[in-house]
Amino acid sequence: MQPPAEHVHWLFATGFLLLGLCLFAEAAVGPEVWRRRAWRAYLWPGIAFALGVLLWPVMVFYTNSTLHMIAHGAWAQVLMLGGATELALVRGRLQSKWWRLGMTSVFLVSGAAFLIHEQNSWFFQRSAFLHHLLGWTLVISAIFPLARTIRPRSQAAAAGFALIFVVVSVMLYCDRDVAPVFGHISPLAGAPHR
Amino acid sequence: MNAELVTELKARAHLTARARIVSSLGPLTALGGIVWALVQPYRITLLHPRGETFWFLVVEPPLLVIAVALFFHFVIAPGLLEDLEDLEEKHAAAG
Repeated sequence: MQPPAEHVHWLFATGFLLLGLCLFAEAAVGPEVWRRRAWRAYLWPGIAFALGVLLWPVMVFYTNSTLHMIAHGAWAQVLMLGGATELALVRGRLQSKWWRLGMTSVFLVSGAAFLIHEQNSWFFQRSAFLHHLLGWTLVISAIFPLARTIRPRSQAAAAGFALIFVVVSVMLYCDRDVAPVFGHISPLAGAPHR
Repeated sequence: MNAELVTELKARAHLTARARIVSSLGPLTALGGIVWALVQPYRITLLHPRGETFWFLVVEPPLLVIAVALFFHFVIAPGLLEDLEDLEEKHAAAG
């Protein structure tokens, strides 16, 4: 009854897509309008926190290797931390803008975890390629949550922050358990399926 | 033209652009899902089930994209547009 890994990636992609759309809308209308309704203010930090919680079962049930478990555990912790700090900022429990660095840490730790736990080269097969791509994308794009921390009213930083979640969701939707990438697949990867 | 009126018109145009962005996010995302379904119809296993397991029938990526788009368009966007309009009216009243 356990879903294949690719299905788990697609389900998380759906969560990230919703997160990205909410962030895009917030970037377009501005935080004042977005936070006019309490449920909406808590929506995207809540989704981020929930995605962190949902990563725990992934860590528990997908035990391909110790590295996978550590990577999924690290994602779960930092995503929960990032979501929780944003929730506390919205609620007013935290005041300093520097708490927004929680989201920067989410990007940096997640990116590093992607890069460290992928043991194969870029063109081994599609999931290996995507792990490298996701890792570098997250590490480099940590500039957006950092910019959002330093300049909270910057629309460019907010839009870039939103865009990264959409990009990550597209990459996760592209994931397949065994599939070629740009025509490359190692014979060691196994037989590709539809 | 009156400078105050120009400022007000600029503010309204900006708000309209923001409203347009918000109202186009859902349809654009749904369009992405539809195009994906057309380009890779085999991603929707429900259309031609051939002994796929439970998860292959439940998790259909293009349909998930469309579902997110519908949720955003019908649950999140209407209230947001209402609040934007409200803000626009307040700006107009203040002007």
